[in-house]
Amino acid sequence: MEKNFRFKLNGKTIDLASSPERMLLWVLRSDLELTGTKYSCGEGFCGACTVLVDNEPVLSCQFPLKEAEGKEVLTIEGLGKNGELHPLQDAFMQHNALQCGFCTPGMLLGAYALLLKNPEPSTKDIVDTMEGNLCRCGSYKRIIQAIQTAARTMRGERP
Amino acid sequence: MKEDEYHFTLDRREFLKLVGSGIVVFFTTGDPFALQQRRDRGYPADFNAYLRIGEDGRVSCFTGKIEMGQGIHTSLAQMLAEELDVPLDKVDMVMGDTDLCPYDGGTFGSRSTKYFGPPLRQAAAEARAILIQLASERLQVDQKNLVAKEGVIFHQQNPQKKISYAQLAQGKKIERHLEEKPPIKPYRNHTVSGRPTDRMDARQKVTGEAKFTGDIRLPGMLHAKILRPPAHGETLKSVIVSAAKEIEGVTIIQDEDMIAVLHKYPDMAEQALGLIDARFEPFRSKLDNQTIFRHLKNSAQEGDVVTEKGNVEEGKRLSAKTFDKTYYNHYVAHAPSEPHAALVNIEGNKATVWASTQSPFRAQAEVAQVLGFPQEKVRVITPFVGCGFGGKNQGYQIVEAARLAKLTGKPVQVAWSRKEEFFYDTFRPAAIIDIKSGLDGSNKIVFWEYRNYFAGDRSSQPFYDIPHFRVLSMGGRGGSVHPFGTGAWRGPGSNTNVFAMESQVDGMAEAAGMDPLEFRLHNLDDERMKRVLMAAAEKFGKSFSRAPSGKGYGLACTDYLGTYLATIAEVDVNKNNSEVRVKRVVCAQDTGEVINPEGVRMQIEGCITMGLGYCFTEEIRFSNGRILDENFDTYEIPRFSWTPQIETVLVDNPEMPPQGCGEPAITSMGAVIANAVYDAIGKRMFTLPMTPDRIKEALS
Repeated sequence: MEKNFRFKLNGKTIDLASSPERMLLWVLRSDLELTGTKYSCGEGFCGACTVLVDNEPVLSCQFPLKEAEGKEVLTIEGLGKNGELHPLQDAFMQHNALQCGFCTPGMLLGAYALLLKNPEPSTKDIVDTMEGNLCRCGSYKRIIQAIQTAARTMRGERP
Repeated sequence: MKEDEYHFTLDRREFLKLVGSGIVVFFTTGDPFALQQRRDRGYPADFNAYLRIGEDGRVSCFTGKIEMGQGIHTSLAQMLAEELDVPLDKVDMVMGDTDLCPYDGGTFGSRSTKYFGPPLRQAAAEARAILIQLASERLQVDQKNLVAKEGVIFHQQNPQKKISYAQLAQGKKIERHLEEKPPIKPYRNHTVSGRPTDRMDARQKVTGEAKFTGDIRLPGMLHAKILRPPAHGETLKSVIVSAAKEIEGVTIIQDEDMIAVLHKYPDMAEQALGLIDARFEPFRSKLDNQTIFRHLKNSAQEGDVVTEKGNVEEGKRLSAKTFDKTYYNHYVAHAPSEPHAALVNIEGNKATVWASTQSPFRAQAEVAQVLGFPQEKVRVITPFVGCGFGGKNQGYQIVEAARLAKLTGKPVQVAWSRKEEFFYDTFRPAAIIDIKSGLDGSNKIVFWEYRNYFAGDRSSQPFYDIPHFRVLSMGGRGGSVHPFGTGAWRGPGSNTNVFAMESQVDGMAEAAGMDPLEFRLHNLDDERMKRVLMAAAEKFGKSFSRAPSGKGYGLACTDYLGTYLATIAEVDVNKNNSEVRVKRVVCAQDTGEVINPEGVRMQIEGCITMGLGYCFTEEIRFSNGRILDENFDTYEIPRFSWTPQIETVLVDNPEMPPQGCGEPAITSMGAVIANAVYDAIGKRMFTLPMTPDRIKEALS
């Protein structure tokens, strides 16, 4: 049974009709053609589909559309603003904190959610928060460094 | 060889039509394996890559190689930019497109930089020579007074007199085939190659713009979900699809053995698939994780000699101490981040395929066959690939998508779920290694007798100075001996072989009363290997003692297809829960000339991190043909919290041509961790993965 939904996606209001139980991941990727958010495990075990809903990280493969109603959704496509990369994106590039790049959008969104809450995370804070995001290429060491660099930039310190 | 002996998919003239105007240089890679394959398939053997200098001054390199995270997109561009004297950001790599790129056998085995790099350099040097020739004519300046820099050729004494590559390429249609080899630059003069360089694909990947196969969208495309048996060996008995038909917008296809549901939304297709009532003929198999090793032993064939020297019986007579040990490893999954996906669009008599594959030309041939199309009517495009590790050399999803596209008349995407990914993976084979070895009175290894049951023989050649050895392969990688598909897994064969070999060597070191470093140096003649060992030991900075020292230090070294490396690890074993914490890993690697030091370090770090998985947790559990691990909840791969302190040392060896670096460092991980665990607890682990249960058992 389709219903009408309205939510904000990367700052823009979205109106769409769909079944309320469908997972946000598929609505983003198929209906809205925003393919930056990735399917990797489909059961909430890997973090590749991480997006933010009202600044909280959620696994979009486990997040029904109806729960997004009236909220603000942020995906990788909305992380940079006005053509400028977000400091996290810059830091991931600077540290080469990616290889195949498939887990990268989920990593960036997870890290962004962390820095919103905790602008000065310790290595342990990063590891604890990011533990659910898997990177098969094994870039964890560099991702930790990139998050630390981005945190310093966002605090206005020299990276 | 006469040209007319071959059927050419596309000849050079046709390629030229496709690439447009500019200056084009053809060349062939030196990979003997690829050359043979190309001949076998009837492709021209005289070129398999080319580069073009376009009218805009941009340089494109067309190659059938693909980028799956390993970073050749960047390292190959560096080699090209260096030799052609163009800025790196003017280089475009066109990869894995069967229409634009000449045939390539596939991307695996750490072969791209090693075999593709040197001829690419030659081609770029030739292109530069052509450009200087053209510039000389245009500027009326003798060639020897001209120099090229950053895409511009100018008069050495009068730099105002200059012309750009773009200007030279304008209106030109020059085709050259590399025969005479102009000199390439000595490494000392390099300014682009050999310098740490950031990934060229990073910006697309951090913005979400990078397209993987599953991200391609075509008007009217359908997502297909296919009915799968619950276990290997089970066959479909009966099926009722009526409930699935109730879902609005669903298409159901029953074609021979394939039952598929298609929908414009993948999740709706999945939902409809769940409504299909299917019964399968059960399959009984006695094979599971407990019984597999006995089965493998029983399936052994007479051994083929991989390599031998001297006389093993003579070596046994010379031995003062002998050692007889057996090592095991279980099936391991590739578990790529991106599950296999394919999209096929058929328009008239032409099919276009987007696929996550390491072998686009293999995919082209398979799709052509299933559609009944000539190969040149099938174009395979390889978008970014989210991990490969050997798991994407083949993929049934491509052929499935092609069949469904033909049957529905619409573009069809088949993207595997994680469960399908685990079910259809071609696992690293479970394997057994028997090693008998002996030491003489001066603690020299005098014999080595090696029986390899189904690991594959890569890296099983002894590199110690042993007078008498014999290495036997008891049936290759096993093929149909295994209860499901197996195949190449990052460093195929080597992970198992190095685990067994370097564990055995450690055991001998202890019996010799020597520390593991001292014993290895005592038994090595190979100066390159000694050098990587010393480099790793120096970086590690702590001294070894005879094991078990309680310190938890481990060491292993290997020669992976010409790349030498030594790895040292420090671990902590929790005596209460038998969990191992890897605190630090140091890896020194000699990979010959290094093109992108940053890229090599990334590969080593990735290998070390990924390798921890097969050390501790990665083991496919199965029973009655069922794959019991279906996702990352039970099949645990390394996480953030596992990450040790990782230090890499690139042992300088620029005189040697570049060797491979995507796989070598993962192959020593089993051994280095097993040796470190032994040093910590005094119990040797003979089976991978070293789960807490297995360590507990060893401790009790």
